[in-house]
Amino acid sequence: MAAFTGLAEAIAGNVRDGDVVALEGFTHLIPYAAGHEIIRQGRRDLTLVRMTPDVLYDQMIGAGCARRLVFSWGGNPGVGSLHRFREAVEHQWPVPLELEEHSHAGMAARYVAGASGLPFGVLRGYVGTDLPAHTSTIAPITCPFTGEVLTAVPALRPDVGIIHAQQADREGNVGLWGIQGVQKEVVLASARSIVTVEEIVDTLDPRVTVTLPSWVVTDIVHVPRGARPSYAHGYYERDNDFYQSWEAISRDRDACTEWLALHVLQAADFAEHLALVDQEAPA
Amino acid sequence: MTQIIEATQVPLDGVTTDEIMTVVAARELRDGVVCFVGIGLPSTAANLARLTHAPAAVLIYESGTIGAKPTRPPLSIGDGELAETADAVVSVPEIFSYWLQAGRVDVGFLGAAQVDRFGNINTTVVGDYEHPRVRLPGAGGAPEIAASAKRTFIMLRQTPRTFVEHLDFRTSVGHAEGGDSRARLGMTGAGPQVVITDIGVMRPDATGELVLSALHPGRTVAEAIAATGWPLRVADDLAVTEPPSQAELLVLRALTSRP
Repeated sequence: MAAFTGLAEAIAGNVRDGDVVALEGFTHLIPYAAGHEIIRQGRRDLTLVRMTPDVLYDQMIGAGCARRLVFSWGGNPGVGSLHRFREAVEHQWPVPLELEEHSHAGMAARYVAGASGLPFGVLRGYVGTDLPAHTSTIAPITCPFTGEVLTAVPALRPDVGIIHAQQADREGNVGLWGIQGVQKEVVLASARSIVTVEEIVDTLDPRVTVTLPSWVVTDIVHVPRGARPSYAHGYYERDNDFYQSWEAISRDRDACTEWLALHVLQAADFAEHLALVDQEAPA
Repeated sequence: MTQIIEATQVPLDGVTTDEIMTVVAARELRDGVVCFVGIGLPSTAANLARLTHAPAAVLIYESGTIGAKPTRPPLSIGDGELAETADAVVSVPEIFSYWLQAGRVDVGFLGAAQVDRFGNINTTVVGDYEHPRVRLPGAGGAPEIAASAKRTFIMLRQTPRTFVEHLDFRTSVGHAEGGDSRARLGMTGAGPQVVITDIGVMRPDATGELVLSALHPGRTVAEAIAATGWPLRVADDLAVTEPPSQAELLVLRALTSRP
């Protein structure tokens, strides 16, 4: 059964230095509050896994949490580059960042294999590209029935999978709807899991399309607006203005460090962070 | 739509290069096409097609939204409006396996940072992989879209830095090394059929090499050649793009000016 706990306790209890940690969310339901708490607790040497590392991972990389990134697309969607990610790769700052680079289809197959208890996933992919030459976790495999040569990718099995969802009921069953990404797969593939939720309810909303039973989730934390500046369908919209403003904040390493100090490290918790960014938001 | 057009007063003079690219790209999409859409200009073009000549076009975004009908171009491939307006919302593993890999996508519509003469694409790095001058976002959905969509369309601005003799990294396969090299890789889709730029339109010849097939109004062959990093061949029957119609521009500007 999932335990209801506080965010600081959930992160302290599940995320250790050196862990393989996946904070997922395909644009929707990105667990910003949990990522900020990892920064606040000063975790180091993490292998961060995510299909679409965006602004949250840029913040975590800029704060020095990551040693390695397993991913398929690293950008600020519709805006441009992730400058902290780029600086870590191009200039090894604040620490060098090793890359294990895949495609979306490959990462999806890896999560499905992890959730399924299989050693690898299989797909038609990567053939003819330069990715296999730089990524050791891509290998050809021959179908034993047809002889067709396909591509195998190893299962992803993070130490900790972290997602945000709209709701949990009082028994700890988690419900989400809207764009579902790999939210289910990352929880089922990971050894431990944390789910932050907008709301704790008596009965899950009928709009729920993905349910994670209580007994597959480690910790549940009630964090209203815990996905901001991402969004939670039915609760609040994506703060596209913030995503656009991150371009200027993140371009300069000192400015970004100062932003993180003021808005994340010196904020006691995510509620205090939200109060700060709300105050600064254009009217 | 009538309401949107009437409500938006925009001048028709001063058509931008992005606008002409977008209008020309939209015209390539037939009504009823199932189109896997990349974010940015491809998404704007696909939505323009849907709002003009191709109302039955099915737009698929890699966030798992099938049949999305956004009223404004989404900033990200996962904006909430895509899910709200979609016929179906599926998981990311499902969109790439049941829908794309299984061959249910007619057109994959891609952007790129670099393209070569065979329509191969780089979205990974500029410079050496281990020590890149510019680290780009990476593959995303593109390698498998380029492999498995029945056809791919590419759009990007044309400069000697984007149309290169040699890619710094081959992220997604077009016509590979030309000839039958793509087919020998076992790809189920036919590869790039058109590349739309701010200068004109390129289409592959029988060997898969991109040939300049049309120029936008006011652009010249010399400009196209100067903006291409390989010796660009020009079609014998080089056409001139039909300028954007008033209706196309009104719909496009209404679409992109919505808050």
